[in-house]
Amino acid sequence: MNTLAAPARVAVTDGRVRRLPPALALSGGALLLAVVAVLAIGHGAYRIAPLDVLRILADRLPGLDLAVDPQQAAVLTAIRVPRVLLAVLTGAGLAVAGALMQGLFRNPLADPSLIGVSAGGALAAATVIVLGAQLAPGLLRAEPWIAALALPLAAFAGSLAVTALVYRIGAAQGVLSLPLTLLAGIAINAMAMAGVGLLTYVATDEQLRSLTFWNLGSLATGTWTVLAVLLPLLALALLGALRLAQPLNALAMGEARAGHLGVDVRRCKRAVVVLAALATGSLVAVTGVIGFIGLVAPHIVRLLCGPDHRVLLPACALLGAVLVVLADMAARTVVAPAELPIGILTAALGAPFFLALLLRRRAAGSP
Amino acid sequence: MGTPHDRRRRQLAFGALSSSGLAAVDVLWRSARAQQAAPGGPMRVVSVGGALTEIVYALGAESVLVGTDTTSLYPQAAQRTTKVGYARSLSAEGVLSLRPTVMLASSEAGPPTVLAQLQSAGLRLVRAEPGYGPAALLANVERVGEALGRAREADALRAQLDTQWRETIARLRGAPGGARPRVLFVLSHVASNVQVSGANTAAAAMIELAGGANALGGFNGYRPLTAEAVVAAAPDAILTTAQGAEALGGADRLLAQPGLALTPAGRARRVLALDALYLLGGGPRLPRAVAELARFLGTLA
Repeated sequence: MNTLAAPARVAVTDGRVRRLPPALALSGGALLLAVVAVLAIGHGAYRIAPLDVLRILADRLPGLDLAVDPQQAAVLTAIRVPRVLLAVLTGAGLAVAGALMQGLFRNPLADPSLIGVSAGGALAAATVIVLGAQLAPGLLRAEPWIAALALPLAAFAGSLAVTALVYRIGAAQGVLSLPLTLLAGIAINAMAMAGVGLLTYVATDEQLRSLTFWNLGSLATGTWTVLAVLLPLLALALLGALRLAQPLNALAMGEARAGHLGVDVRRCKRAVVVLAALATGSLVAVTGVIGFIGLVAPHIVRLLCGPDHRVLLPACALLGAVLVVLADMAARTVVAPAELPIGILTAALGAPFFLALLLRRRAAGSP
Repeated sequence: MGTPHDRRRRQLAFGALSSSGLAAVDVLWRSARAQQAAPGGPMRVVSVGGALTEIVYALGAESVLVGTDTTSLYPQAAQRTTKVGYARSLSAEGVLSLRPTVMLASSEAGPPTVLAQLQSAGLRLVRAEPGYGPAALLANVERVGEALGRAREADALRAQLDTQWRETIARLRGAPGGARPRVLFVLSHVASNVQVSGANTAAAAMIELAGGANALGGFNGYRPLTAEAVVAAAPDAILTTAQGAEALGGADRLLAQPGLALTPAGRARRVLALDALYLLGGGPRLPRAVAELARFLGTLA
């Protein structure tokens, strides 16, 4: 990765608009995420007074033994906290994957859920659930952790294949055709979802139960085990993404110029594809398809802080996390004691946002 | 699962001291809640599954019921209970917010992660016996009675259901002519596609219990079928749910659909629409539902 970090600083500045200073944006984002996470941990269908929340969390510290209600403690530590942490990981991962893809395609409309990257992951994971028992009978039953890891890895492979395919179709001789890319993505998205539909059709009732949530997504799967599997995969994707900030800035000026600036363009593009697919795929395997976060978060950050990827990527991670934590808080409290699928909320928020984006671009005269 | 309520009151006082407005609202909420949940921890039951809820009512134990799922529609009173959502997409925190001590769960209840979380939060999970028919029903009555501390009522109900069931099968005889009538169960009807029952479904089980034969047995579960395949299945009678018939505007309208109209059942206008939970639920009304279906099929003496 040394050649990627080597090129001289490429500042992407835009003199017309006033931007938030990067330090302020990042510290503000971190603070906002902390506040929102605390709120989310404090709120849920099961009422736990704010003071009790603190007592239960403090009770976990070594050396402290406070008298806490065991059921409240179980709700908080076994259900709510892992779920909020999963929301943080999901938001950060999806937003960064979105920002990476938008940097790669040089188009702010590229979103993992729109161009089939999420659907490719969902198809691969659905294949493992429905056909896994037939394809590799001994493997899945042998060790629980193999099964736990098989899903995210299969979804990663599915996402990777779709991203590479969309890029191949959209790029001719190194030049990306944006309408072609989006249309190819939409077609592949439809194909993958049709595949999921077919698997749903042949699935047994038992398997169907684990399939249905994929269309709308849910964070109800958030447990400590799931977090332990996801964390290294996402840490790899996020840290890798940060190292791509400078090359992506160079790439924004076109591949030829990026090459002149000393960026290994092919390697950079390959790294972007792999990391975006890793983040999207491993998340899809756990949460199902949660749309539009990868579109909305980077766009807001670009409005506030400008397009410099060195700020954009970390700020996206923070804002994406904030958005998903808030959306999930709504999902689990609005119709309590039942629960709304989170995908309904992010789509209701994101789809109008996407349309507004299209209209603005139309007014500005760009495709 | 007794929650120490004295301490909770003390914590209310602590909470009131905290300056945040949010905390104050929270505390008001909690004190309202605390009054609802009497100290000492009486049994609080969430029932997920229409048949299980029916059993709770049949045992006269509805006073311990604090929540049910959306498939718990009978008796009428069950519709007014707090709903925890659809059985297959339960929310762990949502269920726990009703502070239940026991959850009765049908084999549909899930997702599995949520059930595991509920158990790890100290909830006693009572799973229903999987399968359809009288054996599963009797096992479920026993389980619910045991879980709710109503073993005596459960024994009485089991004896009563057993008698009803024996009376029903005693009156069952073959259809005139010997062959079992072929019955097509139509779950729903959209455009010219009908969603019908294959093998291993509650509908197929009911049809066979009533002395009929499921017109389609080549696949498991419910599948969409084209109009032509419906004609080819040649059912002698059509069975559907009252809800499905209502959505279409009546059982007669169902018979007018292309495909169904051309079957022996359609020509003879043999169609029966029964309430979905009554027909497919496998609850305490099972012997009655089987008898009613058998009377319709002509297999009851």
